[in-house]
Amino acid sequence: MSPANHLKRRCLLIQKQGIRAGTVRRSAWIIAGAFLLLPGSRAGEGPFFITYTHQMEEPGNLEIATKSLTGKPDGGNRFLGAATEFEYGVKAWWTTELYVDGQATGGESALFTGYRWENRFRVLPREHWINPVLYVEFENINGADKSLLEVVGHDGLDDLTTANSEARREKQREIEAKLILSSYVKGWTIAENFIAEKNIRHEPYEFGYAVGVSRPLALVATPDRCTFCRENFQVGVEVYGGLGTHAGFGLHDTSHYVAPTLGWTLANGAMFGVSPGFGLTGTSARFLLRFGVSYEIAQCGRATRRLFGNSGGSQ
Amino acid sequence: MRVTLRAFIVAAGGLMVAGSSVRAESPVHRAPARASKITNPLDGNEQAPLAGAKLYARECAACHGAAGAGGGKAPALTQTEVSSAAPGTLFWVLRNGSLYRGMPSFAHLPEPQRWQIVTYLRTLRPNATAAVKPNR
Ligand code: HEC
Repeated sequence: MSPANHLKRRCLLIQKQGIRAGTVRRSAWIIAGAFLLLPGSRAGEGPFFITYTHQMEEPGNLEIATKSLTGKPDGGNRFLGAATEFEYGVKAWWTTELYVDGQATGGESALFTGYRWENRFRVLPREHWINPVLYVEFENINGADKSLLEVVGHDGLDDLTTANSEARREKQREIEAKLILSSYVKGWTIAENFIAEKNIRHEPYEFGYAVGVSRPLALVATPDRCTFCRENFQVGVEVYGGLGTHAGFGLHDTSHYVAPTLGWTLANGAMFGVSPGFGLTGTSARFLLRFGVSYEIAQCGRATRRLFGNSGGSQ
Repeated sequence: MRVTLRAFIVAAGGLMVAGSSVRAESPVHRAPARASKITNPLDGNEQAPLAGAKLYARECAACHGAAGAGGGKAPALTQTEVSSAAPGTLFWVLRNGSLYRGMPSFAHLPEPQRWQIVTYLRTLRPNATAAVKPNR
């Protein structure tokens, strides 16, 4: 079976089993275990969960990733929010991504919460000290979504504690734009994201930010394929939060998080990430744990054509 | 005579345009002259081409082929244009890519790793399997 099919079947299995069992912990273990069994291709991106850099997906490559989040907010039940991500390099300057989101909340229910489609465009053709990327996203999710891939406006604890039965009724059809600025300086990655989001029907413009810094533990690669060598580990920290709305811009009544991150690339190319996040204000959840796995299928189109008998290319 | 002269002028003009477009199209030729002056800090380092081969297999082989023979839109890297290019020029190509023509930027790789790849690229030769094989 091809890696892509293998992955698809595993993902379906994960979703079905997770919902049937209805327990947060079990879903988490199934997701992590499934990716451990996958055959590998090549290294993934940096260790960030929230912050974007100007690194684009290579043209023709498909990256499949999960970004999960678990926590037990004060006054709410433990939950697991999971986003499955399909990222494709259309051009070297244009990356498109589809996210499919779901969540399970202890003592409540497990549900599909919607999808997001995002596109990132590199603005300048060459590398500079600061590199701008424009990001545009359409999201069609409901109020029960708990993947928290960005924090904007006055997002806060309420969003994580409202019962699923009630929260799912709120439709969130939103357009989101980000300005991504990022730089690579002496092995360090430094990225700043400015976010503006607008619900299509109503509600004001909401703003947010994310800032991240990371670095691999070693800048020089060893000659051997290795799993535990320092070059395979990247450490960093992300800070992100809301900046209110156009009617009330600022820090008042907003949530903010600081989150150390660790990324580990296996010799087969799959990348694991983990990031404990700590709330900085009264409206933030006190502690959130993110974890994820990403796997890249190089030259996905060519590989698929080869699968169907067209040899294409010379490799 | 007039016809021959005109034909000559057209042919010469055509060759110049073709020549200049080839020069303009190839990323190695597009690199600014000052890039070629930057020297490879890993020159002479015995581990560098081996590590470069490992990184090449992971980052580049899917497009340029395992031994650099090229494939699809990605040109062969075994051409002398590449192996004889100044290390600084190749470093420039890896940093910037050629985004509108399908070559990604590899600026996200730490500088020493890009130099390791450059060291390896300069060992590639036409009609040969990879000169340096990545360790298993
Ligand atoms: C997604 C496919 C892809 C990947 C991955 C890729 N390249 Fe390329 N590369 C290209 C294409 C397409 C071109 C031609 C660009 C042009 O004509 O402007 C190119 C051009 C080049 C050139 C310039 C050749 C010349 O004659 O000027 C060099 C050198 C090069 N690549 C090296 C690399 C190295 C080293 C890697 C890995 C670190 C790599 N490439 C990864 C697609 C790729």
